[in-house]
Amino acid sequence: MMLTCKEAGRLISERLDRKLSLPQRAALRLHLALCDACTRINAQFRFLRRAASRYPGPERDTGES
Amino acid sequence: MTRSAGTSDEALDLEKHRPVLFKFAILQLRSRAQAEDAVQETLIAAIQGAKSFAGKSSVRTWLVGILKHKIIDHIRRVSREQPLELPDAETSLEDFDALYKEDGHYVSVPAEWGDPEAALSQRKFFETLERCLEGLPKITARVFMMREVMGLETGEICKELAITATNCWVVLYRARMSLRACLEERWFALDA
Repeated sequence: MMLTCKEAGRLISERLDRKLSLPQRAALRLHLALCDACTRINAQFRFLRRAASRYPGPERDTGES
Repeated sequence: MTRSAGTSDEALDLEKHRPVLFKFAILQLRSRAQAEDAVQETLIAAIQGAKSFAGKSSVRTWLVGILKHKIIDHIRRVSREQPLELPDAETSLEDFDALYKEDGHYVSVPAEWGDPEAALSQRKFFETLERCLEGLPKITARVFMMREVMGLETGEICKELAITATNCWVVLYRARMSLRACLEERWFALDA
C-alpha cells in the first residue's frame, strides 16, 4: 500500500507522539525514500520539536550556530 | 511579612524576568488573570527558594522551570472545575484537503529551510515562533506546548485535558502543520 503525502504527513507527526505499527513504519519508510516533500516535512517537524523545547530561547543572540 | 534589604531574591533581580514569564504563561493559558497568577506564584516560590538556587543554570531557566509546574497546576485546576470542550474545528482535517492535489501530492511543495539550526541562537526567531503560537486555536496551542515545550507524554496530556488519544494526535498534527507554514512564511522565506 502506497501512502499519499496526506497520510504520510499524519504518520510523520504521530510517530513523534506514539509508536507506529510495523506496517505503518514500513509504509512510511518507503514513502520517505521516494518523496522529497515529505522528507522536508519530517525534518521540519523534528526541528519544531527542538525549537519548542528551547523556547523562550536565548536571552541574547549567541551568534554561535 | 517584611524582608530586609539585600536578600538573595533581590540580588537575583527576579522582577526583570516577569515579562518573559508572563508571555510564556499566557501563550499556554490564554487568560491574563491565570497567567498573572501563575507568574506571581512562580516569583513567590522563587523568593522562598532563592537560597536553593544553585546557579547551575541561568536565573531565567530556573524560573521557567518553576513556571512550568505552576502552569500545569492551573491547567489541572481549571480542567477539573470546567472541563474544556474541544471544538470540531480543532480536530477536523477537512480544511487540510486544500493542501493536497487529487493525487495526494502537495499543491505547494514545502520549501527547503536551509540551515534552521542557526535560527535557534537568534532571539528574533523565538519571537516569531511566539507569534505563530499565538495564532493557533486555544486548545491546539495548549496541547502543542504541553507536548513540545513542557515535554509531557501524550497519555498525560489526554488525561489532564480529558481528550481522547486520537484527538490529541490530530491536534498535534494540526499544530505542527500550522506552525511549519507560519515559520516558513514569517521566518524562513525572509531568511533565504
